[in-house]
Amino acid sequence: MKPKKPGWPIPVHDNTLYSKLMIDRLEYAWSDEEDSVNWEGQYWYGGDYNRLYIEGEGEDVVSGGEGGEIETLDILYSRMIAPFWDVQMGGGYQREYGPGPDKERGFAVLGIQGLAPYWFEIDANLRLSDDGDASADLEAEYDWMLTQRTILQGRFETAYAGNDVPEFGIGKGFTNAKFGLRLRYEFRREFAPYIGVSWNKYLGDTADLREAEGEDTDHTAVLAGVRMWF
Amino acid sequence: MNKQSDPKYPASFTRRRFLQGTAAMAALAGLGRLAPAYAWQQTGNLVAEKTVSGNTDIFDLTIGHTPMDIGGRSANPITINGSIPGPLIRMQEGREVMLRVTNNLSESTSIHWHGILLPENMDGVPGVSFPGIEPGETFIYRYPVKQSGTYWYHSHSGLQEQLGHYGPLIVDPAQPEPFEYDRDYVVMLSDWTYDDPYHVLANLKKAEGYYNYQKRTTGDFFKDVSTMGWGPAMDKWQMWGQMRMSSRDILDVTGSVYTYLINGLPSGSNWTGLFRRGEKIRLRFINGSAMSFFDVRIPGLKMTVVAADGQNVEPVPIDEFRIGVAETYDVIVEPDGDRAYTVFAESMDRSGYVSATLAPREGMTAPVPDPRPQPVERGMKSMGMDHGSMGHGDMNMDMSSQNTMDQDSMQMDMSADNNSMSGGMDHSKMNMSAEQGSGMQHDMNNMGSGSDWVLKDRKISHGPDNHGAGAAMVSPNPMNRMDDPGIGLENVGHKVLVYNDLRGLHPWPDQREPQREIELHLTGNMERYMWSFDGEKFSEVDGPIRFHHGERLRLILVNDTMMDHPIHLHGMWMELENKHGKYRPRKHTLSVKPGEMLSAQITADAPGDWAFHCHLLYHMKAGMFRVVSVA
Repeated sequence: MKPKKPGWPIPVHDNTLYSKLMIDRLEYAWSDEEDSVNWEGQYWYGGDYNRLYIEGEGEDVVSGGEGGEIETLDILYSRMIAPFWDVQMGGGYQREYGPGPDKERGFAVLGIQGLAPYWFEIDANLRLSDDGDASADLEAEYDWMLTQRTILQGRFETAYAGNDVPEFGIGKGFTNAKFGLRLRYEFRREFAPYIGVSWNKYLGDTADLREAEGEDTDHTAVLAGVRMWF
Repeated sequence: MNKQSDPKYPASFTRRRFLQGTAAMAALAGLGRLAPAYAWQQTGNLVAEKTVSGNTDIFDLTIGHTPMDIGGRSANPITINGSIPGPLIRMQEGREVMLRVTNNLSESTSIHWHGILLPENMDGVPGVSFPGIEPGETFIYRYPVKQSGTYWYHSHSGLQEQLGHYGPLIVDPAQPEPFEYDRDYVVMLSDWTYDDPYHVLANLKKAEGYYNYQKRTTGDFFKDVSTMGWGPAMDKWQMWGQMRMSSRDILDVTGSVYTYLINGLPSGSNWTGLFRRGEKIRLRFINGSAMSFFDVRIPGLKMTVVAADGQNVEPVPIDEFRIGVAETYDVIVEPDGDRAYTVFAESMDRSGYVSATLAPREGMTAPVPDPRPQPVERGMKSMGMDHGSMGHGDMNMDMSSQNTMDQDSMQMDMSADNNSMSGGMDHSKMNMSAEQGSGMQHDMNNMGSGSDWVLKDRKISHGPDNHGAGAAMVSPNPMNRMDDPGIGLENVGHKVLVYNDLRGLHPWPDQREPQREIELHLTGNMERYMWSFDGEKFSEVDGPIRFHHGERLRLILVNDTMMDHPIHLHGMWMELENKHGKYRPRKHTLSVKPGEMLSAQITADAPGDWAFHCHLLYHMKAGMFRVVSVA
């Protein structure tokens, strides 16, 4: 599209680029074994159709143990292919640190993100690691509006591993299921503190592997945190 | 409450009140001159000073920022000759005007003369008609005045309109008016935000429903259960859930951030139009909002609509009217008591209102009606799915029985379904149409409208991909809604103006049958705040919509979205094809309801390039804009 005459502007600029940093979860989690700080967020920059996404999730143990994990840190090109759906592709990174030597791996990522019928926010990815390990993950969120500002969010996460990756404590098959409930209050759309609970259960071979290492296979935590965006 | 003693209001308030009164009286007397422009730093009714040179009336307008108080808070609006709205420009049909517009802003600006027929290069749309007016520059608009009525003017640059860059425009007719009145007031409605309009737009882009504080809650679901029963309540939830849409998206930007204004003044300032008992008052309502549809009534007074969009219509007595953004309605009222009346304008979503007063003396007020309850909720009609015989868009009725659902679903055209991700219409029940067979092939369009509707047999066409990713829904069976007062007004129990009430006073000179049809779909994707025609934003289309010079054509607008859109064509009239045959009302802006299809005849007699767009400012900015090229 070019101006009608030299020196004339374009009458309507509908291609403005925007960016949004959404910190979905920044929370302190209390549980029987350990306390941790958990985080999850995403940043996007772009237009209506094409965007660059940086997404990440992790935890850092602050008492009752040590170490932590950057579970995922993905850089993705995102393209809207249908009114509620983006296809995303790019690279991912995972890192476990302390106790013991750090472990890390990289991925090629292919995913979809969007709003499923009945207003479920979906983020699903296929991953192929640099060692050739294949996996898939799915995250779904649902917001119950209790009032215009009080919102109960349900979250569900699961993952499937194509093969054993004992180094990261992963067995073939469904690895875990994680449920969360978070009650937030939106003082502003951009700022909403919350309280909540989460429950994680390791499944199948992954559960066996973790049990063998003396870990619990389920894990309940009480949470307090804040959701913000800019 | 006596606002003059309110410490929130500065000392200038008393003076301002005085000036308003004087300005109002000057306006009613039709005086073109009040006081030197330097005396004003205020809001309210000002009349632009006019100098006369032969057959030309000359106006000088200066656009700048003027710090002032709006509703008790300091603001820095864009003003024209120091006021918002800008001064009333009063033209005379048959003369020529010269408008010298000086830009004192630090950015480019423009004035578009909304609804005025004029040469292409005087239309004032940067990038379409001219390059815009650069800072420090004076641009001279000059054109013959070939029409009369109530109009307005506003910036067509960026989002300046949201900052106060608009004003009223009246053209006095060459011939006497076909109706009588003793007094004449402009009532210009608008929406004001203290926030930066670009920030407002960014919020809409980043967070769907950012300004909507009347979304459905879990409590609303259980309310439905108690009134409708579990089955229908679940059906309703399921239907909207399938589409991933909110039945409560009525206005994108709401009273949560807007202060609504009448003639630049919020309710508390009590703009007052004076009258003497027994007089007929002409009120020229202009919706100069960026984003707000208003429902207007004057409790205790019948209003008689005598003109729409500046053009005289057969007088129609009403109790209330909805005014789309950029529309104008002239009404005549006859207050007979020695009492005050409240002019009450509620935003369509009921998130706010603004009131003013008609009174025999300054300082009087009348009770302000209780705003009607939130929320208003969209029904199946908004998806072009309503069962015509139901007659109402009321969800409770539409969904009241399983049986109704089934009937509705049998009438679904399944064209929406070929993209399971995008259509959102793949409601299991809707698949019944396939099973029930073509025996149910019904004449949906015909229902509720009578057989005089020109589009009754029309098959609508969507693209093979349902307009693509930029369109979150398509209306499978859009219908005639010209007898429909619109959402929230269906059952108010008094007469609300509908488009079918508008009957032109005369048949217009060009009565040729349209030689060509152009069908355009109004499309959008709320999730990303994308707005478009036929699924394509302005930046995505190659060229203009082409009209052949001199041709007579039929423009068909199909609203595939959940929102009402006021669609405005520059440079030419749109003759709305309602039930009045050749007495079509001429309009510059057509408000198209969700799920509605309507048509207008156009004589393409204005060579050049013209803007054509949704007049919701942020919809236009997001891409719901086209250039129409007449050659």
